[in-house]
Formats: sequence, structure tokens, C-alpha cells
Amino acid sequence: MLLIHCPYCDETLPELEFAYAGEAHIDRPEDPSAMTDEEWRDFLFIRNNKRGTHFERWRHINGCARFFNAVRDTVSDKFLTTYKAGTPRPSDAELEELGK
Amino acid sequence: MTAFRIPGKGRVNHDTAVRFRFDGKSYGGVEGDTVASALLANGVHLMGRSFKYHRPRGPVTAGSEEPNALIGTSRGKGRFEPNTRATVQEIYDGLKAESQNKWPSLNFDIGAVNDRLYMLFSAGFYYKTFMWPKSFWDRVYEPVIRAAAGLGVSPSEPDPDSYASRYLHCDVLIVGAGPAGLAAALTAGRSGSDVVIVDEHTEMGGTLLSEDQVQIAGQSAWDWLSATLDELKGMNNVRLMTRTTAIGYYHQNMVALSQKLTDHLAAVPGNAPRERMWRVRANQVVLAQGAIERPLVFDGNDRPGVMFAGAAQTYLNRYGVKVGERAVIVTSHDSAWYCAFDLADAGVAVAAIADTRDEIAPEFAQMAADKGIEVLKGHTVSSTTGRLRVKSVLVNPVRNGKVGASRTIDCDALLMCGGWTPSLHLFSHTKGSLNWDSEAEVFLPGDKTEACHIAGAGRGLWGIARALEDGANAGSEAAIAAGYATEVGLYPVEADRTGGGVTHKELPSDRDAGKAKAFIDFQNDVTAKDIRLAVREGMRSIEHVKRYTTNGMATDQGKLSNMNGLTIAADAVGKEAPKVGLTTFRPPYTPTSFGTFAGYHKDAHFELTRKTPIDGWAEENEAAFEPVSLWRRAWYFPLSGEDMHRAVARECKATRQSLGMFDASTLGKIEVSGPDAVEFMNRMYTNPWTKLAAGRCRYGLLLGEDGYIRDDGVIGRLSQDKFHVTTTTGGAARVLNMMEDYLQTEWPDLKVWLTSTTEQWATIALNGPNARKLIEPFVEGQDLSEEAFPHMSVSECKVAGIPARLFRISFTGELGFEINVPARYGRELWEKLYEAGQQYDVCPYGTETMHVLRAEKGYIIVGQDTDGTVTPDDAGIGWAVGKKKPDFVGMRSLKRPDLVAEGRKQLVGLLTDDPKTLLEEGAQIVADPKQPIPMKMIGHVTSSYWSEALGRTIALAVVEGGRSRMGESLHIPMPDRVLSAKVTETVFYDPEGERLKA
Repeated sequence: MLLIHCPYCDETLPELEFAYAGEAHIDRPEDPSAMTDEEWRDFLFIRNNKRGTHFERWRHINGCARFFNAVRDTVSDKFLTTYKAGTPRPSDAELEELGK
Repeated sequence: MTAFRIPGKGRVNHDTAVRFRFDGKSYGGVEGDTVASALLANGVHLMGRSFKYHRPRGPVTAGSEEPNALIGTSRGKGRFEPNTRATVQEIYDGLKAESQNKWPSLNFDIGAVNDRLYMLFSAGFYYKTFMWPKSFWDRVYEPVIRAAAGLGVSPSEPDPDSYASRYLHCDVLIVGAGPAGLAAALTAGRSGSDVVIVDEHTEMGGTLLSEDQVQIAGQSAWDWLSATLDELKGMNNVRLMTRTTAIGYYHQNMVALSQKLTDHLAAVPGNAPRERMWRVRANQVVLAQGAIERPLVFDGNDRPGVMFAGAAQTYLNRYGVKVGERAVIVTSHDSAWYCAFDLADAGVAVAAIADTRDEIAPEFAQMAADKGIEVLKGHTVSSTTGRLRVKSVLVNPVRNGKVGASRTIDCDALLMCGGWTPSLHLFSHTKGSLNWDSEAEVFLPGDKTEACHIAGAGRGLWGIARALEDGANAGSEAAIAAGYATEVGLYPVEADRTGGGVTHKELPSDRDAGKAKAFIDFQNDVTAKDIRLAVREGMRSIEHVKRYTTNGMATDQGKLSNMNGLTIAADAVGKEAPKVGLTTFRPPYTPTSFGTFAGYHKDAHFELTRKTPIDGWAEENEAAFEPVSLWRRAWYFPLSGEDMHRAVARECKATRQSLGMFDASTLGKIEVSGPDAVEFMNRMYTNPWTKLAAGRCRYGLLLGEDGYIRDDGVIGRLSQDKFHVTTTTGGAARVLNMMEDYLQTEWPDLKVWLTSTTEQWATIALNGPNARKLIEPFVEGQDLSEEAFPHMSVSECKVAGIPARLFRISFTGELGFEINVPARYGRELWEKLYEAGQQYDVCPYGTETMHVLRAEKGYIIVGQDTDGTVTPDDAGIGWAVGKKKPDFVGMRSLKRPDLVAEGRKQLVGLLTDDPKTLLEEGAQIVADPKQPIPMKMIGHVTSSYWSEALGRTIALAVVEGGRSRMGESLHIPMPDRVLSAKVTETVFYDPEGERLKA
């Protein structure tokens, strides 16, 4: 069982308290009606499924109930970092530092 | 004293006799015996029949890696366990054990005919032999193969035992309490760190238990062991656990331990848990699991009496049991020579030591000569004889690669050693890399992914002295990493047994390799020939070879077979072993009962049952219940002698004629409040909310961003900034999650608060022409007249003196009210209304009647009439979508090409030609019943009921282009006949909605 750091509670807690919530940093468009079918399809369905560092969302569902972002290595299943929703994603340099 | 027991020898308690039964026969053993050691003491080697060929088998090991000696144990009803390893199961007075996979008896087994038919059962035999005719697979081949092949029979009754589980946190977890593990525990324990040391055996000591000759720090091995355990037990910071197997090593140093608590007890204390699962989170882990002996691969290496030299040594030194009277040793490793010497010293005739190597240490040859043991250097074994017990072994000299003529040596025990495989299962669970040591031909631990330390034989170190030293260092490293200062103890060792050896593929032989039964995987009956066949037939990766031959796929998970399988596959492919690959070890390390995994989560604790405040009343009034998500809901209220059909018909009739009452408390409820509540509702739901006045309700429809219906429910506006949202019973948590997601991550600027209030309100629905009459006298603060409180109104008022949220809504088509009161008043109000309702013959009804009444009105149930691919238009509720709204969740998707395409499935009514025929929900619908199979299916029945009001059956269905098929006849093919029905509108009863205004 993974241990996950909730950036709101600032506690590292067992995976049981959390729920996965899909890929992160996919913003709902400001005006969906202005989007072409292709653009809307990409927003709805196209996801990264990356081998390696993956930006994803989790929810501390059995805790503070907040959604937050995480970077997880899908090969080792290790979390590199977690951060609050709405804050920018860590840079490649920061991730490299965290990966060490 | 039994024939093969040496009085006074070993660690068993010779003074305490134990009697147990094996295959119905009574045997004597002593306290401390396993089933295997006790049977061996009685001269019994035959303990089971093999999986495929039903070959007679005896124990080959003395530990948990045992592939052959599998037994069933029973403590009575529901307490039968198959596939228990006789080498692990301790005996107790009254134990009942039986052998497996034999009929009619272990000595004479009809299934052994498979052994003669072995050509049919070679690798991949399922795929080749049973291909034709196709229809025979399900009816003939599979049942017969399943009956003939296999291990124990699964228990057929519920397990009455209880199982416990606990969490544990520590600085250092040590797996394995052999010399390496104990030395690690001493170092880590003395540092003051919090230490847990576990061992799967009944007592700690590992190899030391079988090697009493070693002197450690001036003491005999067993005295040192005893002093060490005393010291560890004396430390408050050290926890010692025996009969405890580390079954899996998971992320971030979490190790699962399965602890056996009662399987060794003659009398089990009442309610004692049988096993306990520990989930340990350790700062540091020390793996000191040792090594597992490796079989030699030769024809007839599986006969009872053929076993590991190391196992024979354990039976002798630990249990005081001689595994035979006349033994032959065959080995490629020095360790087996010590076995020969120990046996000779104990009075066993050792006929010969056949070593595959040409060079032997001179002191070995000298000692053998001193003990009168014949030494055969550079020899191979080409076969064995004996049916239920090995009788002789054929040995041949090998000179310059040529196998000479065989010579037969009589024996009743053939003790083999093909080297030792470091036990790296747990390390592999962590995805730690393995490095191939080409000299020793073993895999050793490489890069680590977790904070763990591997010590002793697990990383290829041989001998007690090196294990102690390495363990002490590993314990020190672990304690330092956990933040403690350590001092590493020294453990001088005398009379240590060191040495080395070589490994082999199949041993060379002068016999026809095609006929050799040289086993690699004893439990799955995989031979060397099978592996080579798999390679010939195109398997190159060891993962493919494994699956084609089933090598390593039995309950022992390849502990004995993986390395030999790999060596032979690599030889057949012509590559080095690591190029062919090693299969992945996965948890659990040893077979683990389902009970241990389930722990407390069984019966009522498996899944909680949610009950409404009115549930108790329903139970007292003998309601039939049905589960709805986690809720238990009253299904119908049968009067004496009524079946469900009659009860529901009565409930429907009473409600439409006068008055019905229904517990709707399970309805999901979310309070949406805040200055931006209306804006939030506008964005979430399809409907427009801005103009909805306080005190009014609206049917709300929620889509996913993909445009499909997710949920629905009536939503009341209590004030400008407060909405009482209801959801489907099963959808409440999902809807709240979805709302929170948008609110937190897409629109964090909105000032809105979401609160789940499902369990805070008890909800009583009253439906029927007399509904108003019943509640009017109870209501304070709200005029209930049609003018003041029309259909789709909501009011905060008092009902029977209780603060309430009163809705005028209807899910039946009748005049209806839903009264929400704080949950604690739910039953009180229900009883008051029920009592007052007697004048109107009030009828409590359950979910089935609710379903019928709503279906008569064509009201959909999300998840029953919709399935996640249904749009508002498909469901015929396009009117609920706000046409002028700038945006809402799912709005853009309603214009997706597929969602506006012609011919989508649409919700319609179906009336069967025969009014008494009830369609099956889920039944497929076709336009032309005469078309060839497979027919084109154009939809399916979603709801189907007997309608008492209409005196006939009704159904709802989704059908391609359904609304343009009004009046058309469609067909529903069933196994025995084809049913026909006409397409209709979805509202069957009171289409004008007059009754709502009653």
C-alpha cells in the first residue's frame, strides 16, 4: 500500500484514504461551445497513459476531501511529489531533482 | 518408539507421545513433529499422488517449499483445508490428515494409468489433444481433465473460524530467524531500535536447528541459540514471531505477515482467531531468508525415498528421524557430504556418495573412507527403480563427456543435492533487480527499490560464520539507517560446514532421453523433456515456456523448479540463462488462506448494511427486503399467504385508490448553499435555475461531460441561496464527488458549499387521492391548498410539531407529498401518519410497488432505463435541457456527431400482444424474428412489470429509432419462443396528468 502526502493536510497517509481521479492539468475549456468536434474529442477522451512520470489527480476522499495533484512514476509506482490543485506543475528540472 | 526414530536425538520432545491419523490409520509421533517427520519416523514415505500422472510421491523437503507431500487436514464441518504441506503441519493429538489426488487409495490409484499415457500429457497437451470436436471441450474433456488432474478438493462449506488482522510499525523488520537473521536482530535490538523478527517455522534458528555440531562463541549451536533467543526475548524493543510467514513485500516497506495461531493446537480456545494478518510498515527491512536446495534432474528423481540431502539432515538432526536404512547420496555440492557423514554417524548405512564432480576435497574423501562410505567421483545417475518407494539407483561413470555402463546400487533413500538457490522471492516483489552470477550459476540481489538489506545465504554467502557476520552487519546498517548507533558483535565459529558446488541441466545418461521421466516441477509434473519440447515448438522466452509447460505454476510457485527449468530452457535455446529470463515472483510467498486476507471483513462486516430510521418498523411489520446499493430497503409488505405478485398488486391498487406510504429516506440528498449556489446549479444541471422561485421545485437532470445522463432528482429551492438537491439512491456519493470536483478544481471562485444530508433527513412519501387529507391536520405553517401549494412546491414548515421540509411532488402520478424530517424523528412521524392513515386504509408499500407505479407513468430510473450511453433526447426528456443556457456540464457533447445522428436508441413503451405475458428485463429486441442467427438486435427491455391499474403487463425499452416506430410490432426472441409487442408512448397511465392535481 502506497503512502501519499496530502498537500492540504500536510500529512503522509495510507492509500486507503485516497481515491484516484484521472490525469491532471486538463482544464475544462472556458467556452466549450466554441470548440470544434476534434478539440472537444481531445478534451473528453485523449489521455497520456505515460510510461514514467505521470501528472495525475487524487482526492483525499476519506480525509479532508480535497482534490490535489501528484506526479507519480508509473514504472516504479513511486510518488515524486504532490501539490495543491491550481498550482503550476513542477518543472522538468524540479522533477529530476525529486527523482534522485 | 517408532522404527526410524533415534531415541533422545533432535529437538523434539521424545517423552510426549502424540497420536494422529493419516488416511484413516493411526500413527504415533512425538511433540515437535510435523506430519512428515512423524510419518517418516514410522517408515512412511508415500504421502501423495502427483498432479497429472498420479505418480506416487513422498516428501522431498523439510520445509514450506515442499511440492509433493500435500495433505488435507480437517477439524470437522467447514474446517477442512486442502494442499497443506505435511512438512509444515505440526501434529497434535487427534489430528486427521489425508492424502490427495488418489482413488481408490494411495497405494493403488486408478489415475496412475496417466503415467503410462504420458505421451498424451506432454507440454501443451491441452492445446493439441483435445481440439476436436469443439463441442466436446465443455462437456467431456474439461470435466474429465479437471477430475483427473489436480490437487486437493476445495472445501464446500463456509469457514466458521475467525481471522484477525493488525497493523504494526517498527524500525527494523527481519524476515528469517536463521543465523543471519538472529545476528541482525541482536545488533539492531542492542542498538535500542524497535525490532520485529519473524520466522515461518515453529521455532527460530533456521539452519542451526539442523546443524548442532557448530560451535559459536565457544558454545554449541543449540546453547548459543537458546542464549540468543533469551537475550532477544528480554529486550522490550524486540518482538519475536514464529509460525509467521512474510508473504508479500509491498510499496514503501510494507510487508504482509501471515501468522498461524491455532493450527498446531489439539484444543483450540473458544473464539480464538485461527490466523492473523499483520501489515507491517518498517523503516528498514532485513531479508535473511536463506537458500533453497535445488533438485538434480534425472530419470525417476521423484520416487518416494528420493529427497534433498539437506532435508534428510534436518529430519535426522532436528527431528531424530532416519529417512531410511540404506542411503545413497547423489550430489554436485559439498553440503550433501555432511549429510552422508551425519547419517553414517547415526547408524544409517550409506552405500555410496556419487558426486558429479571429478575433483573432491581430499578431506571429504578421507572422512568417507573413515566411515566406510564408497565414493564415486565423476558419476551421474541414469535412473532409479521402485514403485511406492525407491529400491535402487543406477549410477554411471562419466569420462570425457561419455557416459559409461550403469551399475545398480540398492537403497531405500536417495538423497540429492543440485546446489542451493538464494531465496529472493520477497526481494523480487519489490522489483529489485537480480544479477546473474555466472560462476555460481545463481541470481543474486542487485539494485534495490526499497530500504532493505539482504543477508546471508540469500545473497550467496555459504556457511554459518559468514551468515552470522553478514547478518550482524545488515542489522547494523538497518539500525543506523533508522537513526540508531550500533556496535557489531563478533561470532567466532568452529566446526563450520563450508564448501561449494556446481549446477547442472539434466544429468547425463546412457538411456533414451525421450523416455526419461526426469522431473523439474514435481507438483505440476513437468519434466526436462517438456521444457525442451516447448523450446522446439517455438517458445523462446521463459515466460512462454512457463505457461506452455506450467513449470513453476503450482502452489509452490517454482521454488524448486524455476532454476532447473531456466537452465534447461537456456540450454535448449542456446543462450545464457539471464538472456532467457527469470519469471517474476509474486506474492504470496506460500499459499495463504482466504480467511487471512479477509480478516474481520466477513459476514456482516464484509460490507455494511445501511438502514433507514424507519427500517425497524418495516422489519417488525414483516417486510421483504432488497439491497439497493448498500441500503437495505423494504421491497414489499406481504400479508399472510401473499406472494410478491399479489402483495405488489394490492399495494399498487391501494395507493391509486386511496393512500400509500413509502419510506424514501435512502434518496440521496445534497444541500447546495452559498451566494453562488444558483450559478453553480446552472453550470451543473441541464435545467435553468435562475428563474425558479424560492418554494418551488424542478426535476433536475445531470449529465456527464460526455453528454450522457448520470443522475436525476427533484431539486427544491428553499431560498435564493439554498437548494435541496435529491439524487438517486445509488448515485448520491458519485454526484457529490462530481460536484466537489467541479467546484474545487474548475470553479474555485464560486462561493458555494456542498453538504451531504442523505442521512440527516428521514423521508416519507405519501401518495394517493387522500394524501392531502391525511397530512393537512399535521401541518403547521403551510397552506396545502392547490392554489397555495401546487404540484412542485417545497416548504419549510412543521409536521406533527417536527421541523420539516415538505415537498409536493409525485413519483407515482398521484397526488403526492414527501415529508423530510430530521432522521431521529423519522419513525415517530411514520407511526403517527400510519395510525392516522387507518381511516383511509393507508397502505405501506415497498420499492417494487414504487417501481411499478413510476413505470406506469413512464418516469425513468437512471441506471435501469439508462445505461451510461443515453442522452436526454434518447430518454425522451429533452424538455429538461435548458435551450438558452450558455453552458452546463455536457452541453457541448450534445452536439457531438454521434449524439445527433439518426437511429439512436430511444426510450419507448412496449405492450405485449398477449396482455398477460411479462417480458424479461434485459431481453433483446429484433425487428424481424425470421432472420438468420446471429440476429440484428435493435434494443432491449429496460423495465417490465404487471400493472394492476391497467390489468395487463407494461414494459419500457430502448429501441433504435424508437419514437418513429410507434405502433410497430417488434419481437423478443426467448430460448423457448419468440414474443411480440407493439411500440407505444412511455406514459401508460393518466397521460394527461389529471390525478396529480387531485
